Amino acid sequence: MIPTARPASSDAAGRVAFRPNWTARAGWALLALYAVYAATQLGFSPERFAGGLAHGQQFLARMFPPNFSRWELIQSGILESLQIAVIATVIGIAVALPIGFLAARNLMPPWVTWPTRILIALCRSFHPIIVAILFVKAIGFGALAGVMALIVASVGFIAKLFAEAIEEISLKQVEAVRATGAGFLSTLIMGVQPQVLPRFIGFATYQLDSNLRNSTMVGIVGGGGIGATLFTAYQRFDFDVVLAILIVIVALIMVAEIVSGWARKVFQ
Amino acid sequence: MSVALAPASAGPRHWQRFPLWKRLARLAFTLCAVAAFVASLRTIEVIPEFLYDAPEQLADLFGRMWPMDAGYVGPTLRALVETLHIATLGTLIAIAIAVPIGLMAARNVTPNRALNLFAKFVFVTSRSVNSLVWALLFVAVFGPGPLAGTLAIALRSVGFTGKLFAEALEEANRGSIEALQAAGAGRLSTLLLGYWPQVKPAFWSIALFRWDINIRESAVLGLVGAGGIGVALDTALNLLYWDQVAVVLAAIFGVVILAEIVVTALRARTL
Repeated sequence: MIPTARPASSDAAGRVAFRPNWTARAGWALLALYAVYAATQLGFSPERFAGGLAHGQQFLARMFPPNFSRWELIQSGILESLQIAVIATVIGIAVALPIGFLAARNLMPPWVTWPTRILIALCRSFHPIIVAILFVKAIGFGALAGVMALIVASVGFIAKLFAEAIEEISLKQVEAVRATGAGFLSTLIMGVQPQVLPRFIGFATYQLDSNLRNSTMVGIVGGGGIGATLFTAYQRFDFDVVLAILIVIVALIMVAEIVSGWARKVFQ
Repeated sequence: MSVALAPASAGPRHWQRFPLWKRLARLAFTLCAVAAFVASLRTIEVIPEFLYDAPEQLADLFGRMWPMDAGYVGPTLRALVETLHIATLGTLIAIAIAVPIGLMAARNVTPNRALNLFAKFVFVTSRSVNSLVWALLFVAVFGPGPLAGTLAIALRSVGFTGKLFAEALEEANRGSIEALQAAGAGRLSTLLLGYWPQVKPAFWSIALFRWDINIRESAVLGLVGAGGIGVALDTALNLLYWDQVAVVLAAIFGVVILAEIVVTALRARTL
């Protein structure tokens, strides 16, 4: 594959400029073998794939043109998704900040950080949709279940990154502020906050994007928002409505990404 | 823009950390965020009657979950293996697609603006559709089963891995590449011997990161019929066998934690 072996010269016989790395090649071969093994385990076959492609043509034909005739339904669903995302992000951040602070190992003793870290890992380990299922059972169908599920997801993500950001700050500034006789709160505001604010805005806008994506999905399990409309249209085989909803969701997410890009620029 | 410059005649200079436009923009963003939050809080539909018995419902939920149904461990573990295959194979397919498109997106590798933009467009499309939506689409095309799930995971991951891979390529140092080109290396040799060693750590870190995410994501794909442990979860949920749901949740928790430990260990070794 790499025909770059240098002709053996007189001084260093058999020296190769780019020695082939046999361990790496074996690793790649193993990965390829695994891929074949997994594909057979999952029951993939070329016939199935070809059959699917024929099916796909029919499916695409039924999707086009997108059907926006149920615009009111789409609009109210999208609005609810937006509300879920905004509320979950704000409350999630408000809850995550103290938790993240408690998990920072450079400011807190281990007996505080360990339980907090376990809590964060617990929040992070389940997909928001699964958390939404549990909240739908506990507080019933509707937007509130979606909000609660996304709050849990936001806490898991923001608290972890916030703790890492705090652990990376320079303690000299904190010490300098302390040396002026500042109390605990003043040290936090004047010594810690300016160092973590830009990164924090980064996490917050990222989490808003992520919550927006998920708030369009929690409806599938009854958590409110456009997801319910999407899933119903899908189950009724109204694929043209599905496409219309998908177009609106993608547009919304792209606008949100642009706006959060501006926010990051402004707060940097 | 520089408001820090006070007129020379005025007394002591007035220093400010940020220019005026930035402070105004910050204020505007903060106000918008607060307004959006308040508006959402006031208009969102919450049914308060549902909230009154939430503690009882939660107690009931946990009461039904415990003790777990030991008989469901077998099917759960089989579904778990399927989930692992879906996540891993999906990641591998994603990488196989993302590497060529990533090469196309990197401006220093492909000096063609149209191709760059096309590649970026592919990434954005892939990323802005949730993996559950990809799963819905593929279930409609290929029928329910792990094939739909694997393809959903793969296509959702292409955007993420490809974008990061292209960024890593663009950060590569020109020096060794120019040296290779000066020695007469062809395109493939430049890629394999010039770029690859430089982006290798980033590549493995991106792949591991995505695999970790995909394990979590593939666990829910079964809810829409795309195979894996989500199918076991969906069955148990629909039958209201909460003791079986508990088994599935415990399995997901275990595998996610395990994946995180594996990723951390591999990162420490390769980076």
